[in-house]
Amino acid sequence: MKPARFDYYRAGSIADATGVLAELREDAAVLAGGLSLGPMLNLRLVRPRAVIDITRVPRLDTVELRNGSVATGAALTQADALESDVVRREIPLLALALPWVGHFQTRNRGTLGGSVAHADPSAEIPLCLVVSGGTIVLRSQRRERRVRAEKFFLGMLTTARQPDELVVGLEWPRAPADAGHAFEEVSQRHGDFAICAAACRIRLDGGDRIASLDLGLGGVESRPAPVDTAAFVGRPVDASMVQELGDQAVRPLAPLEDHVATADYRLALARVLISRVVHDAAADARTRRT
Amino acid sequence: MLHVKADERRRIELTVNGRRRVGNAEPRMLLTDFLRHELQVFGVHVGCEHGVCGACTILRDGRAVRSCTQYAVQADGAEISTVEGLAHEGKLNVLQRAFARHHALQCGFCTAGILMSATHFLTTTPRPTEAQVRDMLSGHICRCTGYAPIVAAILDAAQAAGDT
Repeated sequence: MKPARFDYYRAGSIADATGVLAELREDAAVLAGGLSLGPMLNLRLVRPRAVIDITRVPRLDTVELRNGSVATGAALTQADALESDVVRREIPLLALALPWVGHFQTRNRGTLGGSVAHADPSAEIPLCLVVSGGTIVLRSQRRERRVRAEKFFLGMLTTARQPDELVVGLEWPRAPADAGHAFEEVSQRHGDFAICAAACRIRLDGGDRIASLDLGLGGVESRPAPVDTAAFVGRPVDASMVQELGDQAVRPLAPLEDHVATADYRLALARVLISRVVHDAAADARTRRT
Repeated sequence: MLHVKADERRRIELTVNGRRRVGNAEPRMLLTDFLRHELQVFGVHVGCEHGVCGACTILRDGRAVRSCTQYAVQADGAEISTVEGLAHEGKLNVLQRAFARHHALQCGFCTAGILMSATHFLTTTPRPTEAQVRDMLSGHICRCTGYAPIVAAILDAAQAAGDT
């Protein structure tokens, strides 16, 4: 399939891109790696009047360690993120999830910002950003603003980004040194869309009880679903705790249903994957305890 | 800022297998189609045209990427390698010879893309495990071989390259 005709803008700066967005708004689509927008253009699921290429904007593909967080540029490729020592050390959850994002050949060009802006319900990077308590940095001609990941993903391919705004970067809180992490996913083939994915960050106290637990599910609902874990702080990680957590986690969910999986199957997977990631993250946390 | 109108054909200049090449493309032209139709680089195969099958995989600036989900206008100035560039003076390279030895292809449609992926992969992972090779291959669809001979060929090529 070939895309419908579009005007091409090659932004040389963020101001170039936000200038076109301010003028054309919904009629313009931002193109980075093209692993999400490319297929949609080629299949004519979208027909923007103009495409704004941000892959040549300088310094949009950086990884910067700040005081409490790591800032990743919107056009940082998934492959470069996976190779970054800073990402591996400071955002272990993302480093665990990235091998699940597409394939070697797509990660070489696909970007973190593109995945977040596209907001596919099954995407791993948005899920990790939600579970990590991360932030999306948006820029328009009017202003720069930061939106917490939990408030950014609104639904299927729908975000809080305004039509004149550009995703310029992501901010990831640095993981506590004693936190354990785990990421698991089930899909038809490795690299396909997740039928269900689970991401977990856990901290244990001296008595091996839960000090904090961050957990989220991807692919189940139309956006990443954080799980309320407040009732489990102070409890040990064991079979009954994980079972109760699974029961409680799936109760409020409104699962997707499609040709790949029924709603019930997604909920069954969610329970299994919650059990796996909580146990695995706890095991990881124990190895990090000094 | 460069602005190319939708119906405007822009001159694109890039390097393909070490040679400077020039052609014209309107913005919506896939890099795949530009390489085939404008530059007659027919080793770039067109499969799904939405980034799934891997037949169109090329090296862009040394990295294995899909050429069907990027546009020719984006590739101005890029350095492209395709399957045509693998053989040296008419002699197949180590990887290609391993594919022949192991019967790692039947119809050959997916082969050009897989060879390019494997070329990049072996530079980043010169001594891969079978699991790593299979993970890399998950980005390609082959309907003939069942993958086993492709895995064997890539492992063999890695071994052969390591021995020389």
